[in-house]
Amino acid sequence: MISVEGLSYQYPSQNEATKKISFPDFKVARGEQFILLGQSGSGKTTLLHLLGGLIRAQQGNIKVEEIDITQLSEIMLDQFRGKQVGFIFQKNHLIASLSVRNNLLMAPFLAGKKQDRDRVDQVLEELGLLEKRDSQIHQLSQGQAQRVAIARAIINKPALILADEPTSALDDTNCEKVIQLLTKVASENNAALIVATHDQRLKDKIAKKIIL
Amino acid sequence: MLNVLLLSLGISIVTILILFKNQLGEKIASTSKGIDLVVGAKGSPLQLILCSVFHIDFPTGNIKLIDAEKLAKHRLVKSAIPLALGDSYNGYRIVGTNRQYVNLYSAELATGAWWSNDLEVTIGSVVASVTKMKVGDMFESAHGLTKDGHAHEENKYVVTGILKSAGTVIDNLILTNVGSIWKVHEEPASDSLVAAKLLTPSGLVPTVEAGDSLREITSLLIKYKNPIAAIQLPRIINTQTNMQAASPAFETARLFTLLGIGIEALMGFAFVLIVISGLSIFIALYNSLKERRYDLAIMRSMGASRSLLFRAVVLEGSILTFMGATIGLVLGHLLLGIFILVIGEGQKIGLTTFVFYSEEMIVLGGSIFLGVICSLIPAIEAYRTDIHKVLAGN
Repeated sequence: MISVEGLSYQYPSQNEATKKISFPDFKVARGEQFILLGQSGSGKTTLLHLLGGLIRAQQGNIKVEEIDITQLSEIMLDQFRGKQVGFIFQKNHLIASLSVRNNLLMAPFLAGKKQDRDRVDQVLEELGLLEKRDSQIHQLSQGQAQRVAIARAIINKPALILADEPTSALDDTNCEKVIQLLTKVASENNAALIVATHDQRLKDKIAKKIIL
Repeated sequence: MLNVLLLSLGISIVTILILFKNQLGEKIASTSKGIDLVVGAKGSPLQLILCSVFHIDFPTGNIKLIDAEKLAKHRLVKSAIPLALGDSYNGYRIVGTNRQYVNLYSAELATGAWWSNDLEVTIGSVVASVTKMKVGDMFESAHGLTKDGHAHEENKYVVTGILKSAGTVIDNLILTNVGSIWKVHEEPASDSLVAAKLLTPSGLVPTVEAGDSLREITSLLIKYKNPIAAIQLPRIINTQTNMQAASPAFETARLFTLLGIGIEALMGFAFVLIVISGLSIFIALYNSLKERRYDLAIMRSMGASRSLLFRAVVLEGSILTFMGATIGLVLGHLLLGIFILVIGEGQKIGLTTFVFYSEEMIVLGGSIFLGVICSLIPAIEAYRTDIHKVLAGN
């Protein structure tokens, strides 16, 4: 489903040492789960952003469902992100002025899809958050908030879930719970999952590895 | 929120000025309608107009009835209404005139009858409601326009009728005939010639002989026969008689330019407030953008396009200013309402807060435009958010 070939990214030069990262070629099939390992600064976040169409690579191509996303226009990229990709970040970045339910409804709204309340309930149920549906964001614990972020990432049934250090801000119990749920909902929704991390606790949870 | 309040303050001042200026203009126009020229004793022409048309100033002096009669019969004069002023009751002016004056404002009786004999009065609706006088009540007039003027105790007026409220200057007047004013001011001994049968009654005041050389009135309200009169008549009066002619249209225009300076200054102050509030709304939007960089980037990662974020920020700015303007409009009407309630003069000249002018719509539209202008730069910033940088955390 995803194939990466000859991909490299050149950072806009801030000093004389202009940094260029070349990424290994790899393929990810639908429903497959990968862990993306590497030292900090090795370009894990950059690779995730390239895959999610947040930035453009100077060289190489990324094919998602046979479409080369490096060739898409800005608006097509926006639509690609909205419909095909779900992001989860280190900090949950939920919108504080909205309730849990409205945070989740935001995703289909921004992706230009129908806002389906049943789907919201269904996803919250899967993640064990149904009773938190009408809570405000500040009422949630960190682990709960990260689960809401996962819910938001999968609500549009994306083909690809990209998680950037999803557990590094969590304690062991929450880390365990979140990664379990993440892998579970990814396979339930038949989505490819790539987790970028340097969190040692996750090493054994996902078998397939991409190492930078 | 403080900047929105500042904006509504500025807008409320603009609203009050719009309401005040327009209503004053309308009142002046309707009050001086049908009066082309006012003739009175020499003095300030503005004072003559304020006194004889709006009844808010003192007379410039008196003119001889015989001179007024001559003028009334001039070929360029269509109609002439005599006014004898000088007395008041409880601050309400007593006007000695004839029924033509009532017709000028199309006033109608609510109860009772029109005055017919000396010392009978018909009172305006505001006078009736404030002084609580009814038909048949008697009162003493006082000299001047103030409540504590010298009282004319010898002759008491009697109320014969009360007028319907019409929102005109006549609501605040006590109307009687010219003869009553004379009678009140005469020494008790000299009322000898009244009873005599008249050979040729005066055209202006039918109770006295034409050509009476002693009697005086305050002023004459003249309507022209044709447009030529507008050019010739004032010149004739001002150069060939010892009276002066003043045009209400010209004098009120002059008054308005004087008032205009004050209104302009207040308008200027209001616009400074509006500009400052616009600036602070801009700063607030710009600052909050920094806090919301993550939110915006997350929204982009969920598929929001650049133009959607641009529109969202512009919408936010416009809603803020629209809110401020709406509060300002309401506040303006409210403040003017309170002003009218507290200051009696406002009621006297018939100001009201329950009217809307098209300019207020323009103010509302302008405020939305201000919102768009203020949010333009923050919106461009939102449009240009580098999502990768923000989300990568550096």
